[in-house]
Amino acid sequence: MMRLDSTDRHLINLFQRDLPVCERPYQAMSRQLGIAEEDVIERLHSLQASQVLSRVGPVFEHSRAGASLLAAVAAPEEQLDLVAARVNRAPGVNHNYAREHTYNLWFVMTAPDEETLEERLDELEHQLRLPMLRLPMVEAYHIDLGFPIDWEALP
Amino acid sequence: MSISTSRSDQSYVLCALDRKLILATQGGLPLATDPWGALGEQLGLPADEVLARFQRMQNAGVIRRVAAVPDHYRLGYRFNGMTVWDVRDDAITDMGLQVGELPFVSHCYRRPRHLPNWTYNLFAMVHGISREEVEDKASQIHDLLGDTCEGHTILYSSAILKKTGLRLRKS
Repeated sequence: MMRLDSTDRHLINLFQRDLPVCERPYQAMSRQLGIAEEDVIERLHSLQASQVLSRVGPVFEHSRAGASLLAAVAAPEEQLDLVAARVNRAPGVNHNYAREHTYNLWFVMTAPDEETLEERLDELEHQLRLPMLRLPMVEAYHIDLGFPIDWEALP
Repeated sequence: MSISTSRSDQSYVLCALDRKLILATQGGLPLATDPWGALGEQLGLPADEVLARFQRMQNAGVIRRVAAVPDHYRLGYRFNGMTVWDVRDDAITDMGLQVGELPFVSHCYRRPRHLPNWTYNLFAMVHGISREEVEDKASQIHDLLGDTCEGHTILYSSAILKKTGLRLRKS
């Protein structure tokens, strides 16, 4: 694991929710951090290269640019790898997690519109020959904005 | 506090240039002093138009936020617990908002039950350095829900098999 210095930590604390969208975003960030613009850019590069940051950029809202749905299947343990590979290959799947539960595969299906979403889910369900739990979002109380990182507690 | 529902009345229709801009930025913004100029060169647009278009998508909610998004797993949060709760229907909106306000909950959604196999209607995502930490956070949620909750469980992730943001494909 890459060691992060206090400036890296400060950078993540300040900008994990939002960074300034203006003419010179990295310059605006550099003023808040009290370091040079070039230094901000270098740090972002290396944090991204080491995958501490998964991205520096926009997070798109699926429901505004298409449709998405959380789904789960209960795959027999000995078929888990096979089923997971099929899920990963299906068009539109952008997250897939194995979880410790009878419903052991949880994935997000996306599509340009609701109709295509239904078709993709039906097609995948048919292919897998497993009943699929379909869990559309009914209300969002808190959408992924990260959470305060407890740097001292991290390994 | 606010609730957003999955369907939006003012859905924004992406034009061809918006789609190109999404394709060009979905992996991240250029890390250069003039990111909009760099994008403009790719797209054949002036820098100020790229920025204006980007801001328009942000205002329309197509772009939820622009951020330096950490990978919590890489940082050391090895335990990702999807906590799920069976909350009384008459209490769920109020409780969902309260759970969503807890600082350690990264996502909080209401989803439908599918009886008899799936009895849970409230989902709250919790991250921890250890299993104990996730369990401690889940018990704080439990305390908050009190007798509005009739059952719960925690689904720990055992493997991340695929994780990508929204991906538009070139078509």
